[in-house]
Amino acid sequence: MHELSLCGAIADITTRRAEGRPVGVIHLKVGALRQVVPDSLLFCWTMLTEGTDLDGSVLDLDRVPARLSCRSCEVDFPLPDPPAFACPQCLGLNVVVVAGEEFDITALEFAPA
Amino acid sequence: MGRFHRHADGTEHEHPHDHDHPHDRDHGDHSGYATATERVTVLERIFDENDRIAAANRADLAAAGVFAVNLMSSPGAGKTTLLRETLARLQGKVRIGIVEGDIETSLDADRLAGFGAAVELVNTGNGFGGECHLDAPMVRRALTRLPLDELDLMVVENVGNLVCPAEFDTGEHVRVMVYSVTEGEEKPLKYPVMFRSADLVLVNKVDLLPHLDVDLALFEANLRRVNPSVPTIEVSARTGLGVDDWCGWLLERATGSAALPGSR
Repeated sequence: MHELSLCGAIADITTRRAEGRPVGVIHLKVGALRQVVPDSLLFCWTMLTEGTDLDGSVLDLDRVPARLSCRSCEVDFPLPDPPAFACPQCLGLNVVVVAGEEFDITALEFAPA
Repeated sequence: MGRFHRHADGTEHEHPHDHDHPHDRDHGDHSGYATATERVTVLERIFDENDRIAAANRADLAAAGVFAVNLMSSPGAGKTTLLRETLARLQGKVRIGIVEGDIETSLDADRLAGFGAAVELVNTGNGFGGECHLDAPMVRRALTRLPLDELDLMVVENVGNLVCPAEFDTGEHVRVMVYSVTEGEEKPLKYPVMFRSADLVLVNKVDLLPHLDVDLALFEANLRRVNPSVPTIEVSARTGLGVDDWCGWLLERATGSAALPGSR
């Protein structure tokens, strides 16, 4: 349950970037390997922003599945479930995570003044 | 790629999002959001602030010649008991500082007193039941109270939790996980992010193996699926088995002459 601290960081960045404008929607990119529970994040956001300048703003989550790349075969593949950090083609372990570790604010929508 | 929405009326839905188009316009008014909005692209990493402070911690530690370990595990895996045994063996050989993370009490910090180590307690209570992890700012505050110039080794005993601590860099040089054999073989598959981030896994409570059905070979195989190259040391904080090996691993790094990662 670290979603409350994450919301604190999101609120800090948003407030700084908004420069006083009323924020409607905050677009986030959330990788599958980031261990963020969407419902917890949305719940904490409502709780944290209540009564603040960000009260009523909405988080929009764009979830990114985890993908790995084999450096030997130069092939991309989704992280299997249950997870295995090995190449399905050559069974080698020289793999890197190429997607799924994102946790970014990508855009802000400001409500009409 | 899925897209998850919650609307003002509380309803939620997810819709496929595999088409390619620039994300600089709204998805029409099905969203329920006002349409006459101004959308501004920003690219900010949400962990940026934490990671910047973590880098500052790492640089300060490196400058003072202090090797820093982030010790992580589930609750009850035996971090504090193992740390107590570690302090007892390393007393007089290496100067140690402990950052002890606990939600409310000083119980763990009290158990570590009397071994000559400097112990800084960080209570993570925040009014909402307490943080489940230590982050870089919390460790930074503890660092200001520790005599860094008089230390060789700092151990951050994180809050017992297999999820959240993995997400927060505290400025450590290595991450060490304590896994206890009573936790079952599947833990690495259920918590791959934490197990993947470990530089060493201590397999604790091995004195209990004769009484358990646990299959350690299966645990090892599961661990290899998520972290193929991580070393492991089997230990028992209770009987002392393997604790000298672990202390040797630590001592080698805490007194090593090689420049620490993070040195400026």
